[in-house]
Amino acid sequence: MGDNTTAAGALAGVATEPGVTKPDPILTADGVSRSFGGLVAVDVAHLELQRGAITALIGPNGAGKTTLFNVLTGFDRANSGRWTFDGTSLSGVSAYRVARNGMVRTFQLTKALSRLTVLENLQLAATGQRGEGLFTALVRPLWREQEAQNRQRADELLQRFRLEHLRDAHAGTLSGGQRKLLELARALMVRPTMLMLDEPMAGVNPALAQSLLEHIAQLRDEGLTVCFVEHDMDVVMGISDWVVCMGDGQVIAEGPPAAIGTNPAVVDAYLGKQHGSPPQKESP
Amino acid sequence: MDFAAILASACTGAIGPIAAAYALAAIGLNIHFGYTGLLNFGQVAFMLVGAYGVAISVSVFALPLWVGVLIGVLCAIVLALLLGAPTVRLRSDYLAIATIAAGEILRLFYRSSAAQPVTGGVYGLQRFADDFYALNPFSTGRYGFWPFTFAARDLWVMVLGWGLVLLATVFVYLLVHSPWGRVIRAIREDEEAARSLGKNVYSYKLQSLVLGGVIGSFGGMVMVINTQSASPDSFDPVVTFFIYTLLVLGGAGRVIGPVLGSVLFWFIMVFLDALLRQAIGTGYISPNVISASEVGAVRFALVGLGLLLLMVYRPQGILGRKEEMVLNGR
Repeated sequence: MGDNTTAAGALAGVATEPGVTKPDPILTADGVSRSFGGLVAVDVAHLELQRGAITALIGPNGAGKTTLFNVLTGFDRANSGRWTFDGTSLSGVSAYRVARNGMVRTFQLTKALSRLTVLENLQLAATGQRGEGLFTALVRPLWREQEAQNRQRADELLQRFRLEHLRDAHAGTLSGGQRKLLELARALMVRPTMLMLDEPMAGVNPALAQSLLEHIAQLRDEGLTVCFVEHDMDVVMGISDWVVCMGDGQVIAEGPPAAIGTNPAVVDAYLGKQHGSPPQKESP
Repeated sequence: MDFAAILASACTGAIGPIAAAYALAAIGLNIHFGYTGLLNFGQVAFMLVGAYGVAISVSVFALPLWVGVLIGVLCAIVLALLLGAPTVRLRSDYLAIATIAAGEILRLFYRSSAAQPVTGGVYGLQRFADDFYALNPFSTGRYGFWPFTFAARDLWVMVLGWGLVLLATVFVYLLVHSPWGRVIRAIREDEEAARSLGKNVYSYKLQSLVLGGVIGSFGGMVMVINTQSASPDSFDPVVTFFIYTLLVLGGAGRVIGPVLGSVLFWFIMVFLDALLRQAIGTGYISPNVISASEVGAVRFALVGLGLLLLMVYRPQGILGRKEEMVLNGR
């Protein structure tokens, strides 16, 4: 695994310490913090995500994973901090601009656009559509050809995710698992350089989860960078090239999946600091 | 009872100038509520600024009528931006509160004695559409066939009103079948999803608000050009609720919904009114039960009952799709 042609290979020599620098980071965050009233939800000193790799973001409930996701993708405002994506500063940039810059997210609770068809869900996501201007929308010849191209690309994605038989169904009629596939296909329609997946496997049956994993791995092999929040350790161990563990808003451990399971900081975060030692009698 | 007369007045009501004015206002509201999911409870405010834009320009400043129309449209654009800029970022219920308040603020301001030199206060403004009637190509007389007969003057307003309805309908059809329309429908379904796909939701909501507001302002203009009189109290909040009623009746989120809704709504309203008055006049209903002066109130109560039944048995309206209604909120 020592070669640099795969993401795991490129990360092989990287030290396993929180905030470590990566050979080719696509996302670099510094001093990102977000607090709600007195509660500090996120307080990340330094974090880098390797380009072309699948990075899993793990941590117990309330560790600040989703809040960090929201902040980085523009869905929440940071109290402080700076971060750059692919060389561009995205600190404080609004969500739609983050997406246009190539960092596209999905949601923990899938957001299928229920009363749009599956095809429309995908067509919507294409960027730079000439027909999305109020005045150009009225002149069909201006956007007819582009629309046809987008429709063709949408059809290709539907085939890839085996949703073509649902092409003209309302997205609201899809099952939970199909919606996850739809959301992934829709995100790809934006032509992202990086996908941010918030619990992509939540509520998905094992067979479909396997197929989702294969899709995600394949996307990585095609050059996409993926970062995902996940609770299922089998999923994390099976697919990720690198694992970042958060606890109490901070990055407490980083490393390749094989190393992370035995990392004492991770075990502490999940099981509490008293594990393994005999219960201590508190003096009154 | 003269059922022929009742039917005739109901039919003329259904396609008369008022129905056209309400259809226009409802087409505007359909863009807000039906397609973008914006809860605008102040559509009447857009009608008011449109109507007074014309009335004040002509009556007070002696400008030509077409300039007044432009000013009315401009007022609607400014109102939409003023209302929308601070509120569309918030949850949709805040927009509802802001718009219903804005409607009342505007009405009370236009009728206040402070504004009387310009707006005419409670008396309003009259005779500002002479330019329009001077262009009437129909010579005096009655046109049409039973039960649809109209005076030349009404016919001319109807040409204007329904002409505008046709234009607005084609306009909305083109828009909602374009990528622009797809974006606003996506915002209706889930604005965060739209945002995550690179759509500037804020800008689209403002565009929708402006567009629907301008179409609504044309409704207000047709309304006051029809009567040649603009008075603030014809723009009270109940107008907005009528517009919602007829929009839901016809089918929100359908291109023809507001037009069909307006025609049916005014047919029913005029029919009930004429029926009740005849029934009281001929003694079928004792004046002790409902007196002639109470007909208006009873008619509203019946419309309310109708809306209730509609919500229970056909919430998607006449043209709406049941399967879409089921998906709503999932």
